[in-house]
Amino acid sequence: MTAQNLTTVEVRMLRAESRKRALQDSWTLWKRNPVTIAGTLIILSLILIAMVAPWLATHDPFDQILADRLFPPSLDYWFGTDNLGRDIYSRVIHGSRLTLMIAFVVALISGPIGLVVGVLSGYLGGMVDEVLMRLSDIFLAFPKLILAIAFAAALEPGLTNAIIAISIANWPSYARLVRAETLAVRNSDYIDAVRILGAGHLRIMIYHLTPMCLSTLIVRVSLDMGTIILIAAGLGFLGLGAQPPAPEWGLMVSDGRNYLVDQWWVSTIPGIAILVVVLGFNLVGDGLRDILDPHQRQS
Amino acid sequence: MTETVPSLIPKSEPIDYSSTNNESQPLLTIRDLRVHFYTLRGTVYALEGVNLDVQKEETMGIVGETGCGKSITARAVLRLIDPPGKIVSGTVEFDGQELLNLHPKEMRRIRGKRISMIMQEPRMSLNPVIRVGNQVAETLLIHESDLSPSAARKKAEEMLQSVGIPDAGKMSKRYPHELSGGMAQRVMIAMMLVTRPKLLIADEPTSALDVTIQAQIIDLMNDLVHELQSSVMMISHDLGVVAETCDRVAVMYAGSVVEQGRVEDVLHNPRHPYTKGLLRTLPDNASENEDLYSIKGNVPSLFMPQQQCRFAPRCEFSQERCFQEIPGSYQVGNNHSAACFLHENGI
Amino acid sequence: MSSVDSNPSSLLEVKDLHVYFPIRGGVMRRQLHTVKAVSGVSLNLAQGEVLGLVGESGCGKTTLGRALVGLAPMTSGRVFFNAKELHHKNGKSSNHAMKMQLIFQDPYSSLHPRKQVRDLVGEGLLINGLARVEELDEKVLDILEKVGLGVDHLYRYPHEFSGGQRQRISLARALILKPELIILDEPTSALDVSVQAQILNMLKGLQKEYNLTYLFISHDLSVVRYMSRRIGVMYLGNLVEIGPTRSVFENPKHPYTHSLLSALPSIKKGKRKERMILKGDPPTPIDPPPGCPFADRCSNTQEKCRIEKPVLEPLKKESSQLVACFFQNENVL
Repeated sequence: MTAQNLTTVEVRMLRAESRKRALQDSWTLWKRNPVTIAGTLIILSLILIAMVAPWLATHDPFDQILADRLFPPSLDYWFGTDNLGRDIYSRVIHGSRLTLMIAFVVALISGPIGLVVGVLSGYLGGMVDEVLMRLSDIFLAFPKLILAIAFAAALEPGLTNAIIAISIANWPSYARLVRAETLAVRNSDYIDAVRILGAGHLRIMIYHLTPMCLSTLIVRVSLDMGTIILIAAGLGFLGLGAQPPAPEWGLMVSDGRNYLVDQWWVSTIPGIAILVVVLGFNLVGDGLRDILDPHQRQS
Repeated sequence: MTETVPSLIPKSEPIDYSSTNNESQPLLTIRDLRVHFYTLRGTVYALEGVNLDVQKEETMGIVGETGCGKSITARAVLRLIDPPGKIVSGTVEFDGQELLNLHPKEMRRIRGKRISMIMQEPRMSLNPVIRVGNQVAETLLIHESDLSPSAARKKAEEMLQSVGIPDAGKMSKRYPHELSGGMAQRVMIAMMLVTRPKLLIADEPTSALDVTIQAQIIDLMNDLVHELQSSVMMISHDLGVVAETCDRVAVMYAGSVVEQGRVEDVLHNPRHPYTKGLLRTLPDNASENEDLYSIKGNVPSLFMPQQQCRFAPRCEFSQERCFQEIPGSYQVGNNHSAACFLHENGI
Repeated sequence: MSSVDSNPSSLLEVKDLHVYFPIRGGVMRRQLHTVKAVSGVSLNLAQGEVLGLVGESGCGKTTLGRALVGLAPMTSGRVFFNAKELHHKNGKSSNHAMKMQLIFQDPYSSLHPRKQVRDLVGEGLLINGLARVEELDEKVLDILEKVGLGVDHLYRYPHEFSGGQRQRISLARALILKPELIILDEPTSALDVSVQAQILNMLKGLQKEYNLTYLFISHDLSVVRYMSRRIGVMYLGNLVEIGPTRSVFENPKHPYTHSLLSALPSIKKGKRKERMILKGDPPTPIDPPPGCPFADRCSNTQEKCRIEKPVLEPLKKESSQLVACFFQNENVL
């Protein structure tokens, strides 16, 4: 076969085949590890639950039936009711939407910021690196939760501001990670090779360094999802995040804290929900590390 | 291809390795050694019946290309095959003792004491945070419990001196990263020979070194081994190194030994088609106006158990039979054998 | 060619090239030492010529190659390529340097692990605006076929290839820009001999077909002998001998060349031959002493060698073999 009769159809076929091979490899690596499978199932069911929440819920999550307050789990109220007589099961189901939204929005804000800052810092070095890294050092000097609390408190309490606060607290660690990866890759032969071909700095950063850093970042962000959810819950608990009556899990734990001894389910059930989701994200993150590593595909 | 006419010449039987009627008992005898790796993609049949002898006070070379199993053979002798690899069958007899069913504790006593091993990258196999003198002394202390630490250090220093390290007293206090590659390999050799092992396995000992340093190390090893009356199993991909250091050589291809004999016989009068091809690919002999010879095709996949001659698909002389049976090892000369049906009828 | 002065017919002309790297340390990042990786190399390469460059690790042969393509800084000296002077700014190659390409030693680290062959090979065309994305498949395939790969390989990732195949991909990546000079930095030293033979044959074939010029860097003397008409020997950042391959091999004049040739293991020589083994390790190029770079290990060192650095001089008048040794005529070895 010569180059002349290489048609679009053939090219399309080759590309499809290549994609299929890549998918197959990912599939093999994915199913190799039962823990990853468990994590993926947890996250997938969470997404599913969030999507069909109104149909799964048995009650209106905001409907207060004061006569039914603090009912233990029963056939009518599967997970019991809270101090305002709201069905905890329905609130947990609806809360999954909030939780997912927070986790993904924070990841989508802080991930790219960390990526850009890290690649710039690692590749350009010198003054750019000094300034960007000292800036991130300032943020890293404080624990994430404290920083998020500070920002959330400085801004007005509310869900949007909580997301902003968590994002601000989060990006520096991503920037550090990406910078380290960039430093490791930037002097490698394959970067030198494109430099000889005449590639400029921008091209090297966007097309060659970013793909190398991306997988590490994705793994890290997916492992961080749990922390993000916990911080969001923490902010909710402190009244700095989602505001009542939103069915945010952290807020729900906070609401139940006065009843922890006698009416344990009010706090415990949303707490378990947080636990399961955090665990799920962590397991998926571990699995992604294996799947995204090109070396794994050699064996 | 002509029809195979039944030959009137009596066929020489494949060498029967089960009876050892050699005049002298070899130091190391490997028989039908099989090592398989159980990977996710399936079983890798890495060694498929390796037969090898190392005589006393002899340097035996093992050559072959990446993946032919030469390093695995060496590691199997020391039982250093890590999972997912497994020694499936075979015998490894060392100095009258079967190693493969030895208790792990006894095996540890043999490793380093009676059989030691030198690796390719010296600075990777030395502990970076321990002074080199202490590392050599430690080997002694492990194997000679009645030795005092100070005596061991003194002996270590002497050993470092004898491997040609200048100012051994001072150098023994250095850390591995402060040494050049050549010096580090000398330390490695000192460490491995300080217990006066009967067998030294050298896995590409000079591949990471420059030619002038390589020449020094080769000379040093030749001298020391001669002095200690040890045997050496020298693994290398460099036929030149083997020619300079070894008495006998085994050529491996895809998990088995295809040719074995004295160096001058194998390298100057190769009988197996693979050995012939390998020697012809070397640029040493080629004139600059001709193309280098290259063996057609690629190394076979080791995911299938051996059922035929594994070289047959690339062989210029292959016959139908080569694809159906595994060739035995046939005598092609004095102390020279080749695993190829071409030589079934002997010399 | 009796001197290294400007030669209008040469494709590449290197004049007294120095490549230094500072070693900084301390609180103020003062420059403590200087690594003189290349200290004063001059050479000429004619169009269509293959020049072999040999030497041990740390002799500066790789750095020289990297400096030519702009991956290492040129501290001083001038380089002319196609009669135009090369300027490298901040490690970025100048424009016409596209015609000069480098093949790396390690085929496993020179290809981006997350890019498909089409993108790896086609990159140069896209960067230099020589092709539109739609044409890439065909143009890349054209080149792939020249290096013995095919349409099946177009959309594969590096991890799906063997070492030899990867080196073919690297070569395709360089060839697609239609370079005049290819610097080959130990292109086969990571490969098995049978694969090496295939790659060398291909390199030789391509060189003849396109009248390419090669600077063939290797530590393997037999490979260099096979590949090149002319050979240069480097030691500690200096070119100590250069000349036609045959005469350098048969009649080495520099004591270092001689010991290098003598140290070369060969299947012809057999066991335990008489040879000249160099004592000691090669010295480091950090702040090297003045004088002849080889003085420390030479068997014939005299006072003059420690003070003055010998320059490359033709062996006899009109000889094309140049040696940097004061006693070249006494080295009857």
